[in-house]
Amino acid sequence: MTGVEPMIALSDVSKTFTLHNQGGAVIEVMRNASLSVAKGECVALVGASGAGKSTLMRMVYGNYLAAKGKVVVAGLDVAQAAPREILALRREVMGYVSQFLRVVPRVPTLEVVAEPLLAVGEDREAALARARDLLTRLNIPQTLWSLSPTTFSGGEQQRVNIARGFAHPYPVLLLDEPTASLDAANREVVLTLIEEAKDRGAAIMGIFHDEAARDRVCDRVVDVTGFAPLQAA
Amino acid sequence: MTPLLSVRALTKRYGPHIGCADVSFDLWPGEVMGIVGESGSGKSTLLNCMAGHLVCDSGQVIFDTRADGPTDTLTMSEPARRMLSRTDWAFVHQHARDGLRMGVSAGGNVGERLMAVGARNYGDIRDTAIDWLGRVEISETRIDDRPTTFSGGMQQRLQIARNLVTGPRLVFMDEPTGGLDVSVQARLLDLLRGLVRDMGLSAIIVTHDLAVVRLLADRLMVMKDGHVVEAGLTDQVLDDPQHAYTQLLVSSVLQV
Amino acid sequence: MQEYNFAYLDEQTKRMIRRAILKGLAIPGYQVPFASREMPMPYGWGTGGVQVSAAVLTPDDTMKVIDQGADDTTNAVSIRKFFERTAGVATTTVTGEATVIQTRHRIPEEPLKEGQILVYQVPIPEPMRFLEPRETETRKMHALEEYGLMHVKLYEDISRHGHIATAYAYPVKVEGRYVMDPSPIPKFDNPKLEMAAIQLFGAGREQRIYALPPHTKAVSLDFEDHPFEASKADHPCGLCGAQDSYLDEVIVDDEGGRLFVCSDTDYCTHRQEAAR
Repeated sequence: MTGVEPMIALSDVSKTFTLHNQGGAVIEVMRNASLSVAKGECVALVGASGAGKSTLMRMVYGNYLAAKGKVVVAGLDVAQAAPREILALRREVMGYVSQFLRVVPRVPTLEVVAEPLLAVGEDREAALARARDLLTRLNIPQTLWSLSPTTFSGGEQQRVNIARGFAHPYPVLLLDEPTASLDAANREVVLTLIEEAKDRGAAIMGIFHDEAARDRVCDRVVDVTGFAPLQAA
Repeated sequence: MTPLLSVRALTKRYGPHIGCADVSFDLWPGEVMGIVGESGSGKSTLLNCMAGHLVCDSGQVIFDTRADGPTDTLTMSEPARRMLSRTDWAFVHQHARDGLRMGVSAGGNVGERLMAVGARNYGDIRDTAIDWLGRVEISETRIDDRPTTFSGGMQQRLQIARNLVTGPRLVFMDEPTGGLDVSVQARLLDLLRGLVRDMGLSAIIVTHDLAVVRLLADRLMVMKDGHVVEAGLTDQVLDDPQHAYTQLLVSSVLQV
Repeated sequence: MQEYNFAYLDEQTKRMIRRAILKGLAIPGYQVPFASREMPMPYGWGTGGVQVSAAVLTPDDTMKVIDQGADDTTNAVSIRKFFERTAGVATTTVTGEATVIQTRHRIPEEPLKEGQILVYQVPIPEPMRFLEPRETETRKMHALEEYGLMHVKLYEDISRHGHIATAYAYPVKVEGRYVMDPSPIPKFDNPKLEMAAIQLFGAGREQRIYALPPHTKAVSLDFEDHPFEASKADHPCGLCGAQDSYLDEVIVDDEGGRLFVCSDTDYCTHRQEAAR
C-alpha cells in the first residue's frame, strides 16, 4: 500500500442472504473480502461463475448490503452510508456499466446518454454534445438517437449503456462485462474508452470474461474465489 | 443542508386499527421517495396524514418553509397550512377527477392556483396555462375544453400541470399511474421524471407498482400493517431485500 | 280574532333577525345565518327580504317595493299590500319619499340618501355555490379568504365569450375582505352599491342575512386586462329618453317590434312628467 488513499477499499467484507420465505435459510456467499483499487488503476475480478464477482461489485455500488466489514469508496463507507450519501456518490463519483440497460420507456437514446451529465448540473448543450460524441464513437447510427433504446438489439443496448456510463468522467468506474456481445471494432472503442478513463485517473473495477481485453487494460487481477466462505473458514 | 421534510413518529389509528404507526424519515431536497406495500398497508393513510388531508393522532410533519425554516405543519394554523398546500405543495390524486374541476376548462384548471395566489392578468394566466399544457404534452387547441372530454392519460397530465404551475417544492402522489394503460403509464413516468429533474422537485410517491418506483424513486419505504418494515435505496431494497415481507413482495411480481 | 302583530312577525323573531342584521352590518359582506320563518308566500317570492323588512319597519316608515325596478308588478304589489295590511305603514312608489325600499333585482336609479334602507331579496347568497357545492368548504374559503375560485369563473367567461359575460349577480369584494353576491342585480347597478343608504340582503330559503353599511367599498372582481364594465343596452329610453338608466327590452307588437324602456318605473314616470 502506498501512502495515497485508495479510491475503493474493501476490508473484511462478508455477505449473507437470509431467505425468510424458505425457512429462514441463511446463505453465506462471501467472507472477509479485502481489496483496494488506486487512482488510475484497473483491477479485474476473476473466479468461476457464481464465485461472487457480481456480488462484490454490487456491494461496492451499494446495490447489495454488506453483512459485515467496510466498503469505502472515495472516503465514504457504502456499507453504512445513508441513502442520500450513496445517491450523491453515484451521481458525482461512481459510475456503473451493467450488462442490462434499465431506462424509462420512450426516452430518446441521446437523452439517456446525456442524463448522467444533466444530473450533475452540466449545461444541456454541452451534455448533448458529449452524448453525440460517444454515440458516434460507439457506432450507433444517428437515425437511432431520437428513438428509445428499449427497442434496440442487445449489442446496441450494450453500447448505449457504455456511452451512458462513460458520459460523466467518474473518478470510480465499475464495469460488468463491458466488451460482451460487441464486435471487434466496437470492442476496440470500449477498450480505448477504458484506457482514457485510466489516463485521467479513474479507479476501475471490472469483470472481464474477455481475457485479451483483461490483459490489455487491467493492471491487476483479484481472484474472488479466495473470499469464498469455505476456504476462508 | 436541511431536510425538506422531516416526519417524526407519525401515528394514525382508526379506532382499534392501526392506519400507520411510528413512521419517521427525512426527505432531502430533490429526492424522490417511493412508498410501497399492499392494499391496506397504510401507505395512503400515511400520505394523507403528511399532506394534511387526514388528522393524525400523534407525531410531527416538519417542512422547511421558505419564510420561517423548519415548521411542524400539523400544529400550523389552518390558513398557513392551506397556503402552503397551494404554493409549496402539490397533491396528485390517483383519480384525476378527484384533483380536477371537471366543470372548468383545462386552462381554468391550470390557472386556478395562479389566481388563488393573486394572479389578476388574464393574458398572463392564459400564457402560463398554454406553456404548462405544452409541458405535459396537451395541445394548446384543447385549452378551452373541459377535462370530461379528455382521455384518462390526458386528465392525469392535466392534473399534474394544475399542481405544478405554482412551482411547488414537494409533490405527494397517490398511485399516479394507477388505472392507466401501460403505454400511457410510460409516457407519464417519463414526463414526471423530467419535471422532477428540471424543477428540482422532491416527491413522495405511493404505489403498489414496483416497476414505477424502480424508474422514479431514489429511495424506497416498504410498509406492512401500518409499519415501515424496510427502507433504503430503491435498487438495494428491490435487489437485496432484507425483510421477509419485502422478499415476498419482490418475488411476487413478474420480473421487470 | 286578534290583529296581526306589527309587521306580521312576533317580536322575538324580529329581535332575532335584528341581531343578525346588526352582526351583518358589523361584518360587511359576511353571511350571517338566521332562523328563517315560514312566511305566507312561496320561497322565491322574497321571503328573506320580507322578514328583513318586517324586522326593520317602524310605524312611522314609508315603504316602497319594486320588482325589477317596477312598482306595479305582481310581486311588488302583493308585498306592498302585505305590509299595508300587517304593519299599516304608509306606502309610496316615489323613491325619494320612501324610508324602506324592498327590491328584487334592481337598485333605483335615483341615488339613495342617508336614512334610507334598501332591502334586497336574495335567492342564493353564496357567490361560489356553482363552483363549489359544499357549504362546509365555501365557509372555510370565506374564512381563509381563498377566493381564487371566483376568478376561475370570470376566466371561464372570457375564455368562452371573449369578455366577462356575467351580466347579473356580479361578485364584489367588500372592504377588501369578503366576496359577496349582490343578489341578481344587473352589473350596471354594481357601482351604485357604494351608497349613502343602508343595504340589507335577506335569503329566506337559504337562511342567510348580510349587509353593507353606508359608504362601504364594494369592488367588482375583474382582471387587469379585462376590467369590470357596468354595461347596459346601447339605447335611450323609448318613453323618457334617458341615456343613463338601465333598460328593459319590451316586445310591443306581433311583428317583433321592440322598445327599450327604463326598468325603474318611478324614475321614468318622473322624467316623463318633468318633460311635459
